[in-house]
Amino acid sequence: MTTDNVKRERAQRPAGRGIRQSMSGLHIWAGLLMGWILYAMFLTGTVSYFKDELSQWMRPELAHQAELPDPALVAQRVADELGAIAPGSPQWSMRLPDGRTNSVYAFWRMAPGEAGAAPGRRAFGEAAFDPTTGGKVTARETLGGDFFYRFHFQFHYMPVLWGRWIAGAAAMFMLVAIVSGVITHKKIFIDFFTFRGGKGQRSWLDAHNALSVFGLPFHAMITYTGLVTLMALYMPWGERTAITTPAERQQLTAELNAFIQPGKPGGQTAPLASVADMVRQAQERWGQDAVGRVTATNSGDSTARVAVARGEAGRVSMSPQYMLFDGPTGRLLETREGVGAAAETRGVLYALHLGRFGDTVTRWLYFLVSLMGTAMVGTGLVMWTVKRRQKLSDPERPHIGFRIVERLNIASIAGLSVAMTAFLWGNRLLPAGMADRGAWEIHLFFAVWALTLAHAVLRPARTAWIEQLWAAAALLALLPVLNAVTTDRPLWHSVAEADWVFAGMDLMCLSLAALHAVLALRTARHRPKPRAVPAKARGGVIGGALEEGRS
Amino acid sequence: MMSLVGPVRRAAPVASRIVAALFGGYALAALGSVAALALPMSKPQAVLTGMLASFAIYAAAVVWVFAARSALRAWAGLLAAAAPLLLAAWSVW
Repeated sequence: MTTDNVKRERAQRPAGRGIRQSMSGLHIWAGLLMGWILYAMFLTGTVSYFKDELSQWMRPELAHQAELPDPALVAQRVADELGAIAPGSPQWSMRLPDGRTNSVYAFWRMAPGEAGAAPGRRAFGEAAFDPTTGGKVTARETLGGDFFYRFHFQFHYMPVLWGRWIAGAAAMFMLVAIVSGVITHKKIFIDFFTFRGGKGQRSWLDAHNALSVFGLPFHAMITYTGLVTLMALYMPWGERTAITTPAERQQLTAELNAFIQPGKPGGQTAPLASVADMVRQAQERWGQDAVGRVTATNSGDSTARVAVARGEAGRVSMSPQYMLFDGPTGRLLETREGVGAAAETRGVLYALHLGRFGDTVTRWLYFLVSLMGTAMVGTGLVMWTVKRRQKLSDPERPHIGFRIVERLNIASIAGLSVAMTAFLWGNRLLPAGMADRGAWEIHLFFAVWALTLAHAVLRPARTAWIEQLWAAAALLALLPVLNAVTTDRPLWHSVAEADWVFAGMDLMCLSLAALHAVLALRTARHRPKPRAVPAKARGGVIGGALEEGRS
Repeated sequence: MMSLVGPVRRAAPVASRIVAALFGGYALAALGSVAALALPMSKPQAVLTGMLASFAIYAAAVVWVFAARSALRAWAGLLAAAAPLLLAAWSVW
């Protein structure tokens, strides 16, 4: 602003209103520019709290696991299998099954020069393994719930670094939107208890405020901790300045994760000692179900080492805790259970974001408040159009900016629900033996999403909202039916067997279908109220009087 | 070309603030994360502390830039905040 404008504005406004005005503007712009991306991040993040259950549901061939198999035996079986399928691998790592997963996810680094790995380039293999046999699972190829999880912070169809940078930028905009939202909202506590229904823009504002304020601690926490999870990427400068030698790098890495770096292989083969024994020692130390991950470096070589890391449930920190064993002899080399203060802070913040420490109740709380956060972003986006619509000089021909926001809102909000459900439909319908089946489930997701955008552009806006919300409701409601028809695990079976993963999934679909139906009905019944505008702005005393009398 | 002068002059302060917020804010946060190395703690912990705090610095800088009464004051504020951080970072560079 030039000084002339500043003086004029300050003369017009009462002093002290400046900051709330500027923060309101900042809040609206920050929210709008990244709103669609943030909505998608929020919704996929929300469902990711149940990604393991989703993954189970998406591999119906794997039987419901009534009781947890012995982690020590599972670790041994998979370790043997990895030794067979990835001999000479410098590093492999497996995640042991817990109450929420019924398969073992493992990845391994390809040996240099191995087929598919260009010399000097690291390549990874990954697979899910059956805990009872140790062999690769014979379920349909799918990314499962991990698709939504990975999309949440690195999107798709782009190098992961780009995706993470976009997610980080969106998160910074979110943080600014939160801070500016709080500053602009002076009566933050009174407004928390205010909801004026049926008043158009006022109601949207009240809904937006209630959702935002009620969950404010969560939204602020989830945004800041989200940035923390990838902080080494976003702010590498301190590390680049201070960490210059490999030893220093190793020292820093040890504060962050339990991945042990492989040393140079000695060249002499030596079979790995009993992994089951190593896991049992860890169980003695931390608890029967407290072992999370087993990582081995240079397995099969004389320099092999095995790290058994503590699980994430039951402790609110991702800081590394592990027991390090000598590979060939099984001797305990080191137990690492503490990191420095800043590292522990980072570990706690990371854990707060992922929410894996929680029991079922905590997880549901996370899910519900995160859903509220999603609705917060959604209501904000919709409110922008509701507010602007009042100010349109010609409601029949809004300016291009308005039209873009209006149509993107439809596809990003209602369309995303349709696309995510279509992803699940694809999981049930795509043939099991299809090549790249997992990738095609994802292609289907994006194809349907693109279709909802086309639909949003081609149909009248209000109709598009209603039709897409009904489409989402229908797809969600029919998903349990599709499940019953295409698998042998219908809802009544799951309830009878107390398989709450499958039963819960079916019931969740029905609940979400009802939610979308309610939204569709309310949108259909909603008639935008013209705002009472002062007569002179409406261009006529009579017109103004009519307007004022109506609302 | 004369017809562009007016709109550009009006947009310049806002554009300036946007640049200050996006890039100046990031630079200040990055500077802060390096300045953290001067803290009395081991190098790994200082590195992590700098990273953890950086996003708060960034957000605060953005809020300042748009709350300031003019674009000039916005930049001045960023520079004023940068000065002590620069000093601290210089001492460990």
